[in-house]
Amino acid sequence: MVIYGVALLSLCMLLGIILGEFLGRLFGIDANIGGIGIAMLLLIFLSDYLKKSFRLGDITEKGITFWSMIYIPIVVAMASKQNVLGAIDGGLIALLSGGVAVLLSFLLIPVLSKIKK
Amino acid sequence: MDIFEIINTVLSKNGLITSFVFVGCIVWFSYFLSNKLTRGKFHGSAIAILLGLVFAYLGGTYTGGKQGVADIGLLSGVGLLGGAMLRDFAIVATAYGVKLDDLKASGIAGVSSLFIGVALSFFVGAIVAIIFGYTDAISITTIGAGTVTFVVGPVTGSALGASSEVIALSIAAGLVKSILVMIGTPLLAKYIGLNNPNSAMIFGGLMGTNSGVAAGLAAVDPKLVPYGAMTATFYTGLGCLLAPSILFLIIELVY
Repeated sequence: MVIYGVALLSLCMLLGIILGEFLGRLFGIDANIGGIGIAMLLLIFLSDYLKKSFRLGDITEKGITFWSMIYIPIVVAMASKQNVLGAIDGGLIALLSGGVAVLLSFLLIPVLSKIKK
Repeated sequence: MDIFEIINTVLSKNGLITSFVFVGCIVWFSYFLSNKLTRGKFHGSAIAILLGLVFAYLGGTYTGGKQGVADIGLLSGVGLLGGAMLRDFAIVATAYGVKLDDLKASGIAGVSSLFIGVALSFFVGAIVAIIFGYTDAISITTIGAGTVTFVVGPVTGSALGASSEVIALSIAAGLVKSILVMIGTPLLAKYIGLNNPNSAMIFGGLMGTNSGVAAGLAAVDPKLVPYGAMTATFYTGLGCLLAPSILFLIIELVY
């Protein structure tokens, strides 16, 4: 049943966000720490475990893969609702600090990629 | 009976469905441009994201709102489709099928990139603030925090008691960062070796902006999305943790 996949995905997301909120409170800040990352880890572990013990049916799997495929359209919608005007109106300070930070971060990627365990 | 009025009402009432058509058209047109003009060299999804940003700019100028096209009544559904809830849901879904070994192999690089990324963006923002004449530690910290992400800025600013102009500025700095990551990633991916899970995790950790990383990787290779998103999701939390505490103390020591 396709709803099993969707429900499993939803359950992982909710558990992750709840744990992320707890982590935030633990450190005394009003923010979610890594909730979505925890949810992703949960899904990875769970799907790994389920694959070993019994197969998720093809249709059940589609309840998850559909959302992963609809990801790019969602990102396009996300881009269409950004406050682009606000970013440009922020003036030189905003443009400069954001711009330089992004540029330096890009330059660091090849450097850090050399770190292996 | 005005036919346009009927259509308008139906489209507004079924906002989410309208947004599927809207996004579907953008994506179709973008892949058409990608194939005809660049022979597929410039990824269709990269063009779609750029077009989305252009529409967001036009929407913002037209309505004066903060939500891009979602402030236009007819397209309010785009706000739901592109909102944090569905975006995060889809991001979690991309994790299905990720290999645990790939994550483990890049664990140390991923975690160090997080700390380096937060500190780097913070100090860039702080230095720019100082160059532009800010001399109080609270404003400098808030602008630095905004450069981390547009969530960390206001969280830090309100914790420290920064003025609302400075908080608005910090949000703008974060927005600039997020939009530049969306635009810059597909252009630069080739030159910085962003083509494997390891560098995607480092990319997520260094950039940290959820929307920027999500869109940037989608435009390069959707298979890399879960790796970048995995580290990026810890970035804002880490920033909210470090900016009002350790990083503020460092700035206060200097000023």
